[in-house]
Amino acid sequence: MNTVIGERNAIITGIGQSEVGRKLGRSGVSLTVEASIEAIADAGLTRDDIDGVATYPGATNASPGMSPHGVNELKEAMRLNLDWFSGGGEIPGQLGAVMNAIAAVAAGYCNNVLVFRTVTESSAQTAGRRASVVGSGSGRVDGWAQWMVPFGAMSAANWIAMYAQRYMHEYGLTREQLGQIALTARYHAGMNPKAIFRSPMTMDDYLSARMISWPFGLLDCDVPCDGSTVVIVSRADAAADFQNVVRVEAVGAALHGRSSWDQRADLTTMAANDAAAAMWKRTDLKPTDVDLVQLYDGFTWLTLCWLEALGFFPKGEAGPWLEGGARIRLGGELPLNTHGGQLSGGRLHGYGYLHEACLQLRGQAGARQVVGAEVAAVGAGGGPIGGSLLLTANR
Amino acid sequence: MTTLPLPVLDETNSAYWQAGETGSLRILRCQSCRAWIHPPTAVCPDCLSFEVAPEAVSGRATVAAFTINYQKWVPDMEVPFALAIVELDDAPGIRLTTRLVDIAPDEVRCGLATEVVFEHVEDVWLPLFRPTQGAK
Repeated sequence: MNTVIGERNAIITGIGQSEVGRKLGRSGVSLTVEASIEAIADAGLTRDDIDGVATYPGATNASPGMSPHGVNELKEAMRLNLDWFSGGGEIPGQLGAVMNAIAAVAAGYCNNVLVFRTVTESSAQTAGRRASVVGSGSGRVDGWAQWMVPFGAMSAANWIAMYAQRYMHEYGLTREQLGQIALTARYHAGMNPKAIFRSPMTMDDYLSARMISWPFGLLDCDVPCDGSTVVIVSRADAAADFQNVVRVEAVGAALHGRSSWDQRADLTTMAANDAAAAMWKRTDLKPTDVDLVQLYDGFTWLTLCWLEALGFFPKGEAGPWLEGGARIRLGGELPLNTHGGQLSGGRLHGYGYLHEACLQLRGQAGARQVVGAEVAAVGAGGGPIGGSLLLTANR
Repeated sequence: MTTLPLPVLDETNSAYWQAGETGSLRILRCQSCRAWIHPPTAVCPDCLSFEVAPEAVSGRATVAAFTINYQKWVPDMEVPFALAIVELDDAPGIRLTTRLVDIAPDEVRCGLATEVVFEHVEDVWLPLFRPTQGAK
């Protein structure tokens, strides 16, 4: 049976992003509506054209500010009339909401889906209940968290540090090599006025930052922030004359290994590897065709994992590939996280990468524009959470 | 570390979390095809048999990966301490995320031989691991 590449029937027609910062003190809905208005205008649409909404992970109080509202609060705030909607967490990572939107327009459920991801982690966290510290402020934990939290492994910093340590053990990766991901993000953040941290970072800064969870120091960890990002996903065959189109070449949605942080057969791989492999099966493009990458950097090692999963170097060779960092900087062969990533730009939870990839493919990234950007790989998630998109310019 | 959240016990996981009361680590095992199963679930993921039951294991395990945690995730957390993913020596493929005890953080290595020691808190026996104390 021939593979149906239904994602080619969808296009990204608009992007928007709210104010991004720390302790903004604004509600999630306020941020989402700001980003939505920008994205709808960017697409040349009106809110009456929006007949679908998708988000990840939907309203949840599991971690403060992680997802302050869901589909319904936005629908109410903007009085949207929806022919289709979807919000939830059991999808292929943060970008799974985009994949749902793509599937919905490809199936003809609706014509223009507003996809949003909003965080208020900076404003919402308190001393007693920190952002992204699982189980913080609760008496008991269940589900997957029970296998880690009771031992003190309360943060993804701990869980992912163990993957990084294992990778160092097997392949000889050094902290200096890993640190190039953080230094590159900061260098690029200097060209992004919305980035949280923009002052230059040296290798000494990186190595001397206080230790969080070996081998991760503070500068291996991203920064909680407040902000909302919106993309509009539309039918590729729509009659509308869209001016800011980004094309969807392939999605990577697979999860073949264990849905677990510690049972996966190879502790130097994650869901990212399954998603990336599936994505490349859906396109004739190759890693060598990719002009830039926007890859999850909640922790530095996750970016390394995505780079390896996507096949930019052979298994185990991340260290030498990253050495010196020139390759992943603007002007290098594969510019990485050109907006500063989440490490320096702020944890917009997967959607900062997508927003930046669209800007780059539209040639609108200003001082940080990758010359001739035509193909971008975007990957988000860590551990058993992962999904990727291969996007192309509308040429 | 007695202020950390404990697991919610239910019909599927209580045999695991309370095994320490018997002095042994107990891992779910398929009574039909003999596959080890973790985390505990209702059926054998290999043969889909519902005949699954916890069985005692030696408690010996090998460190597969580790981290030294320095961050106080909750205000009264005592740091640093070592977290590890250990593989059970007699249940191949089964791993546990755990805290290592009776070892200095800078002495932790991949391949370190460890054995279980239980920390009893309320109705839960947390399986922690320490360097193996001589040959057994």
